[in-house]
Amino acid sequence: MRSLAVFMAVMVLAAASPARADGQARLMAETCTVCHSPEIHSPLPSLAGRPAGDILRVLLAFRDGSRPASIMDRIARGYSREELGAIAGELGRKGAP
Amino acid sequence: MILSLTRRALLGGGAALLAAPCLSAGAKAASVVIVGGGFGGATAARSLRRAIPDLRIILVEPHHLHVTCPGSNAVVGGLGPLSRLEHGYDQLRSRFGVEVVRDSVAAIEGDARRVRLLGGGWIAYDRLIVSPGIDLLWNEIEGYDEAAAAVMPHAWKAGGQTALLRRRLEAVEDGGVVVIAVPGNPFRCPPGPYERAGLIAWHLSRTRRGCKVLILDAKDSFSKQALFQEGWAALYGDMVEWVSGAGNGRVVRVNAAEGWVETDFDRFTPALANIIPPQSAGRVAVAAGLADAGGFCPVDPATFESRRMPGIHVIGDACMAGEMPKSASSANNQAKIAAAAVAASLAGRDFATAKAINVCYSLLAPDYAVSVAGVYEVAGGRRAGVAGAGGISPLGADPHVHKAEAEYAAGWYAGICADAWGA
Repeated sequence: MRSLAVFMAVMVLAAASPARADGQARLMAETCTVCHSPEIHSPLPSLAGRPAGDILRVLLAFRDGSRPASIMDRIARGYSREELGAIAGELGRKGAP
Repeated sequence: MILSLTRRALLGGGAALLAAPCLSAGAKAASVVIVGGGFGGATAARSLRRAIPDLRIILVEPHHLHVTCPGSNAVVGGLGPLSRLEHGYDQLRSRFGVEVVRDSVAAIEGDARRVRLLGGGWIAYDRLIVSPGIDLLWNEIEGYDEAAAAVMPHAWKAGGQTALLRRRLEAVEDGGVVVIAVPGNPFRCPPGPYERAGLIAWHLSRTRRGCKVLILDAKDSFSKQALFQEGWAALYGDMVEWVSGAGNGRVVRVNAAEGWVETDFDRFTPALANIIPPQSAGRVAVAAGLADAGGFCPVDPATFESRRMPGIHVIGDACMAGEMPKSASSANNQAKIAAAAVAASLAGRDFATAKAINVCYSLLAPDYAVSVAGVYEVAGGRRAGVAGAGGISPLGADPHVHKAEAEYAAGWYAGICADAWGA
């Protein structure tokens, strides 16, 4: 009985986690478009329409310090590779989350 | 009662008409009421609309325009008109289907899940988001009340006070001293007083001789301190002077009629006194019982739901968000997280929170800015900075770094305003 309950709990978690991760990625990506706004013309580049792979490559370069930065190095260091991948996936998919 | 709200709604714009009093949450679409149309409230409205297309979103805001505090020090320094800080609610109404009710919330009835309007009537909600900003604590500094603020402006809520401080600054003559009194933590916009000092110095250094900006601080250190002090020295020599709390900088008493400002041991009679008093969460939040003894509102750092009243989320300057500073950037990110938590709760889904960001630029001159950034996760029951991330602009940087940051500051402002009120 107990093992069935544990099994069910694991199944529920496994089913729930992709959706949860999706929502988290979207929430994190929504912070990017404050500065990188698709709505206005700005000195900060819009990310709309850029491939996810390009965005991730730049984020990782900011994170490891190999790309000169203003504040993006300070921000990118706050996220894991997986998180940056998920954020890039959101931004690349929609441009504007 | 209904008539008075209808008349006001018509003046304020047709969409507000939908928010007639005494409407219940209804059986179909859920309702979320948002108190306050600043960076937090406006951003929350748009985020909720993205999440739930048929949600009733009712934003209660007493003013027909929001005047942003970000950018207001530049207006004080004479870099632009106050009008460029004004943002209306037309796009929230027309593009995003937000019912904007021009009124104040007189009371929050958490048990009944409704808010009572100052103009009469009430609005029911399924979830409430409270984003009232701050209120100023009068007479915490002896003698500093609303009447004194007409002579010694605080300009810590943008609008008429910003214009007043600008006018008073223009009247300062050669040799005049401008005092800026800064409170202890926590307060709105931790680097704001020091940005203001630089931009006042910028104005005075170009138009007057022998003036001085004297910062009388209750604290012993401040946000981006090394960058500000480096920049002030480079741009203005010894014109800007900072007195720490330990150095007897805390202002304890003022007399607006006689024009003096006192610390424990010294009295100053400056040409202009800008008094930034201690603050609390906006009055509506305090009156509802959402604040603790310190005057701000404890929240769950994952959802920004009140620790004191379930079903109510508090965001922006009014909430206690651990290490996240009280800034427009924090309010923007908190609004998105709270909106996602509200959407999940209305749909009966679990909610997984996300890391949050703060980005803040401060101008020291029109083409000289510095920045601070942070990434904040939920750890130990609060929002805490992610180790190894965040920090301030480099010290000893070339002028072009500060010039670029001034351009980014302008881009940040345009972007975050578009994110809140529409482009």
